[in-house]
Amino acid sequence: MHSNRSGRRRFLKHGAVLAALAAGTPDLAAGQSEVPDTPTPEAHPKGVLTYGERSRFVNSGRGFKVGISHMTYYTPLQDSAGIITPAPLHFMQAHFARLPEIDPEQHRLTIHGMVDRPLSFSLEDLKRLPSVSRVHYLECHGNSSYNDHISPRVDDPRVGLPVQSIYGLTSCSEWTGVPLSVLLKEVGLQKGASWLISEGADAEKWHYSLPLEKALDDVMVAYAQNGEPVRPEQGYPLRLLVPGFEAPYSVKWLSHIKVVDRPYMTRDENGNHTTVRADLGGKSRWYHWEMPQKSVITRPSAGLKLPGPGFYEITGLAWSGRGAVHRVEVSTDGGRSWKDAKLQAPVLRKAHTRFTLDWTWDGEEAVLQSRCTDERGEVQPSLAELNRHWDIISGPDHPEKKQRPFHVNAIQPWRVEKDGSVYDAMFS
Amino acid sequence: MGAYTMRCFLNLSVPLMILAACVSALAQSDTHSLGAHRLGTPLSQEDIRRFDFMIGPEGKELPPGHGTAKEGAEVFTKQCAVCHGRTGEGGVCQRLVLGSPDNPHRGPFKNSEKTVVSYYASPTIAWEYINRAMPAQKPGSLTPDQVYAVVAFLYYQNGIIQEGDVLDAKSLPKIEMPNRNGFIPAVPVWPPDPKKPSWY
Repeated sequence: MHSNRSGRRRFLKHGAVLAALAAGTPDLAAGQSEVPDTPTPEAHPKGVLTYGERSRFVNSGRGFKVGISHMTYYTPLQDSAGIITPAPLHFMQAHFARLPEIDPEQHRLTIHGMVDRPLSFSLEDLKRLPSVSRVHYLECHGNSSYNDHISPRVDDPRVGLPVQSIYGLTSCSEWTGVPLSVLLKEVGLQKGASWLISEGADAEKWHYSLPLEKALDDVMVAYAQNGEPVRPEQGYPLRLLVPGFEAPYSVKWLSHIKVVDRPYMTRDENGNHTTVRADLGGKSRWYHWEMPQKSVITRPSAGLKLPGPGFYEITGLAWSGRGAVHRVEVSTDGGRSWKDAKLQAPVLRKAHTRFTLDWTWDGEEAVLQSRCTDERGEVQPSLAELNRHWDIISGPDHPEKKQRPFHVNAIQPWRVEKDGSVYDAMFS
Repeated sequence: MGAYTMRCFLNLSVPLMILAACVSALAQSDTHSLGAHRLGTPLSQEDIRRFDFMIGPEGKELPPGHGTAKEGAEVFTKQCAVCHGRTGEGGVCQRLVLGSPDNPHRGPFKNSEKTVVSYYASPTIAWEYINRAMPAQKPGSLTPDQVYAVVAFLYYQNGIIQEGDVLDAKSLPKIEMPNRNGFIPAVPVWPPDPKKPSWY
């Protein structure tokens, strides 16, 4: 990074000369007009990997469901290790079928509304501002809903194994960007400002309301994910990152922020993303904000097969939108007894936490499940407890099975049969 | 000689200092529109008008224009019916109407009925969304008159307004939506009550 533009130009030219030399261009004279920022792919001899590829023996990939008006990609949690999701495996949910293609040179983030100085920021402006890097998970608020266990796509190989098709709408990355508080200070908040509405540059200009207090707390405008520019599916070149909140708040392809004095009750926060609730007298719950504490065993999980009795490390992920995971317990006997799992460092707030438990399988039927407790002391509920809270009956045998409340965080049981096959035992 | 030079310098230096102060004041007024890091580009109100699609529940940002259900029926047939059905009853895309003008649905709503425009708490939401995102084949291509008309058509089909009602920036926000009290919490506040459990 350079503080003056001519310095930067010199730097770019120098880079271009090196690139041209690598490409074997004989007639490049310093000072020529067009200076490419990056070398073209042909500039490298065959076999040189300037951007590394994984081994051809590795084929783990996202599950997908693509329609005329949506795109959904599911993270293959059964193959996950540690807590960071590789960016190309990060889940994605969009309400349109084509990704926006945004030229970073042209893209601007505007902040306006109840501010003293409405401003427009280029990507270069943002990269010059003070930055932070933090590990946070994102989760679609519809992740692991009841329907996911029984919908036809459970048998659709394109969507992946159950832990992927049911739980794969959560992923965890290191995000780098400018704290939103820094940007809001640049524009100067006016008296009475209490909410902001952020908007993306996608086809429907996705927009969502956010309380200003949260915006000033730990929200960032992210331009990098796991050490490289944010991926196109994640909002290249810019996205909002709202730690712990339902993922729709983390607006992708972020282009506008309007500071206002009330929530704007946008179409999705007022429609699709609300839940009609029997326990609230048929009224709808909206503005859920934080995702609840949740955990799932990723291995062994349904669709995998244990080759035979013996030692296995049970491993999984736990998370809470309300802070850090304090404890994960694992049961191998369907919840009759529980043991504390080991939490792998680092254990971070509003991030995935990896847990493990040593287990020797005796070859008999076993039911594996995990439950987590977050820093507020809230324990992950069983399916029965959750149904009791929400006053609903769920399961394949009930007509109410179509009920699809968001924020389902029930304990997930996986049943290991004597032949080593593993099945989803949520409703059986 | 030395004294003369000094005097000349003093004579010149006073106006120069005043000039410098003026230049500095000018520079400050130039950068007053920037924050402490002096980064970004100031936006004029005209700039903002060009891209600001956000309209709040009070309808303060609604543009001039007007429309009726009858005018809206024409636009709907041409632009919307292919996906949402002839009268908004749904098709390959979401259902927008429940019941009929004479027999409107007043709730309660099921989870499968959340796409119907009478479900919304505020009358501006349908206007705001149609204006920014519809029709899907060419979002943002409808004129304000057409958006007022389509919203009037949908509200008439849902039995919320009369067929002859004219919707504009004044009348639209005043419509009392049937489900306006159907949401909890009544006033969204952050942070939420810490005593409420995570499932609430």
